[in-house]
Amino acid sequence: MEALVAHGPAILFYVFAALAVVSALGVVTLRNPMYGAICLLMTFLSVAVLFLLRQAEFLAMVQIFVYGGGIMVLFLFVIMLINLHRLPDIKMFAGQSPVVAVFAVVLIGFFGYVFLHAQLGTVAAHAAGAPAGQSLGNPQDVAMSLYRDNLLPFEIASLFLLVAMIGAVVLGRRQ
Amino acid sequence: MLEVTTTHYLVLSFVLFAIGLFGIAARKNMITVLMSIELVLNSVNINLIAFSFQHSDLTGQIFAIFTITVAAGEAAVGLGILIAYFRLRESTSLDQATDLNG
Repeated sequence: MEALVAHGPAILFYVFAALAVVSALGVVTLRNPMYGAICLLMTFLSVAVLFLLRQAEFLAMVQIFVYGGGIMVLFLFVIMLINLHRLPDIKMFAGQSPVVAVFAVVLIGFFGYVFLHAQLGTVAAHAAGAPAGQSLGNPQDVAMSLYRDNLLPFEIASLFLLVAMIGAVVLGRRQ
Repeated sequence: MLEVTTTHYLVLSFVLFAIGLFGIAARKNMITVLMSIELVLNSVNINLIAFSFQHSDLTGQIFAIFTITVAAGEAAVGLGILIAYFRLRESTSLDQATDLNG
């Protein structure tokens, strides 16, 4: 029990990282997009837990609300709008998929090698020795940074969302 | 080795990135491709959060918020395009998007 408490963050990390990877694999391998969407939701929630472990509480909530709530509903809505009965006709993987799979595995191997060997020393030392921000991830600090130091990008983001909304409405309109 | 370091997050992030990349390049269904794009964007956020924690700097989290904003806009416009395409072709297969084929 003591070991469980002592290694709690690491255990949580491994559990939810595995969950995220498995459900991400589900997204790209399941034929029915509905199951894929549920797997994607699982990935988003697991990643939110991983954000919590990095003291990004506000972003974990944003992740759940925006991804788990907004974007997911959007996807499910569109999947339900579209006639799923025709899906069996669609070929699942493109012809180039074996090449892509090999490419992806090689990339994972290469970057995994780079991460584990070139950066482990410095990154691990920093992570262990860092004061790990007492108030980092605090919604108040995020708000101060967002509304004071990054006000202009914030306003531009609102403009961007307006443009995206108009674009989505125009595209989705019946002619 | 039961300490979670930034490297753990980098590796996880890259695995998710590669899975998303595979989904984008290999799948035929437009909905799945859009979902794979969300996976890729999310993996980038994991990186930003990990480095934000490592440097005790909030800028990474602010950047991740903007990434989420862009992801939301991208999903809305992408799904709008998908619906328009579905009206035209009665299908979500990428194979039939050949109107610009010279």
